[in-house]
Amino acid sequence: MRPNLSGLRTEGVANGAVLASANATLTETVLSDPADGPLKRTPLYELHRELGARIVPFAGYEMPVQYPTGILAEHAHTRTAAGLFDVSHMGRVRLTARPGHDAARALETLVPGDIAGLQAGQQRYTQFTDAEGNILDDLMVTSTGDHLFVVCNASCKDADLAHMQKHLGDEVEVEANFARGLLALQGPKAVDALARLAPAAAGLVFMTGTFVTIDGAQCYVTRSGYTGGDGFEISTPGDRTDAIARKLLAQPEVKPIGLGARDSLRLEAGLCLYGHDIDTTTTPVEAGLLWSIGKDRRAGGARAGGFPGAAIVLKQIADGPPRKRVGLLPEGKAIAREGAEIAIDGKVVGKVTSGGFSPTLGRAVAMGYVARAHAVNGTKVGLLVRGKPVPAEIVPMPFVKHAYYRG
Amino acid sequence: MADVRYTNEHEWIRVEGDVGTVGISDYAQEQLGDVVFVDVPQAGRKVAKGESVAVVESVKAASDIYAPVSGEVTESNAALADSPGDVNAEPMGKGWFFKLRLSDKSELDGLMDDKAYAAFVKGLS
Repeated sequence: MRPNLSGLRTEGVANGAVLASANATLTETVLSDPADGPLKRTPLYELHRELGARIVPFAGYEMPVQYPTGILAEHAHTRTAAGLFDVSHMGRVRLTARPGHDAARALETLVPGDIAGLQAGQQRYTQFTDAEGNILDDLMVTSTGDHLFVVCNASCKDADLAHMQKHLGDEVEVEANFARGLLALQGPKAVDALARLAPAAAGLVFMTGTFVTIDGAQCYVTRSGYTGGDGFEISTPGDRTDAIARKLLAQPEVKPIGLGARDSLRLEAGLCLYGHDIDTTTTPVEAGLLWSIGKDRRAGGARAGGFPGAAIVLKQIADGPPRKRVGLLPEGKAIAREGAEIAIDGKVVGKVTSGGFSPTLGRAVAMGYVARAHAVNGTKVGLLVRGKPVPAEIVPMPFVKHAYYRG
Repeated sequence: MADVRYTNEHEWIRVEGDVGTVGISDYAQEQLGDVVFVDVPQAGRKVAKGESVAVVESVKAASDIYAPVSGEVTESNAALADSPGDVNAEPMGKGWFFKLRLSDKSELDGLMDDKAYAAFVKGLS
């Protein structure tokens, strides 16, 4: 065999490029293009090494894919206790309105989400769209009251920054905060662990945030994450990230978790991975992200449209998109991974965009796109795995029920 | 003690008489991480040296398993369907993949012995 050393798919590179090759050899850890220059390190690199992480190139960074206990154990720990992820490679951008301007209104010219409706301390998921209504990146936006705090994908962050500077620069000061730390503390016991260090965090509900002091450092904490479970993302000063991560790891509930489990957790939560499930060929409507487009931004709303590709997106909302993202549950144990064709009666009707093993369910799960006519729960399909059709059914997502804390 | 030989793609074969048992090395299972599914060949299948005959899936990715030598599959390890983790726990024991009746024992000469394989793996790190 030729073991795939990392097997990881990076977020953020549209159309997958070479990143997902299951046949990559040991010497081809193709997660980052060498032409991108030397790999960068997050403030937690030394800690990862100390903890025995297997480090792989990921989105231009040296990142931990797993720790010695392995992905299955890390996944299970996050679903039952609390896992600490280093997500400091992701993009962080601060948007502050210039005098006489409104940062939220300005950002709404680039995204379909209801940003102007955000109250201080509220967070929202949205997407940058292009002129065709396709997705340039997905992002989280939080209003702190005096500025907007944007978190975007690592591989897109430089492009996103340039995009915002170009289109918003006259009205908004666009400031990259890429050197800060970002920790994700996820799982049902995350609140117990974090509340010992920052009691105010326990008062947050899903998709809200607040400033807290942890170990003497001012941090911004949001109750959010990308595992489908309860949890927090903690933005820290870069030079305090290591100390704060160690404090969190000293809590009895918390173990370090790598990118491998992050991917299996988000897959069974039915969440999209940029560059795979969503990219510059998919609209938010096709991707099943209609819930992220607020009423005020839709036809007849107070601030309808106004974002790139709005005419196409609003028409798809009214008429239905040509294809839709669906959940797929294969029979048996074979795993249908990204690129596997989806067929009905021998005719190819779509492709898998994410597929893997769900540790929580102990079986394979997948998601992909099919023509709208076929996107009906209960539809029987075949997934072509290594040339052989594996029977599967279109099912609702998420595969594992979300457990967000809504108060 | 039967002689174990290794390919440079990390399969091992332990030959007793004219039948060899095939699996993947400890190094390979460690690189793969948690194994969650193994697709093994059916008995009776004739395979050529270097042919892809099985697939091992870890949480992260799928990897092909190649026949270390030519022959006919005589048995596959059905227990792996319910306990794929045996590949991680005992890659050279309970985690074997299939057995093969060798058609040309001289093909074994091209494979590495324990010592050569250990040196080969050391060179990869």
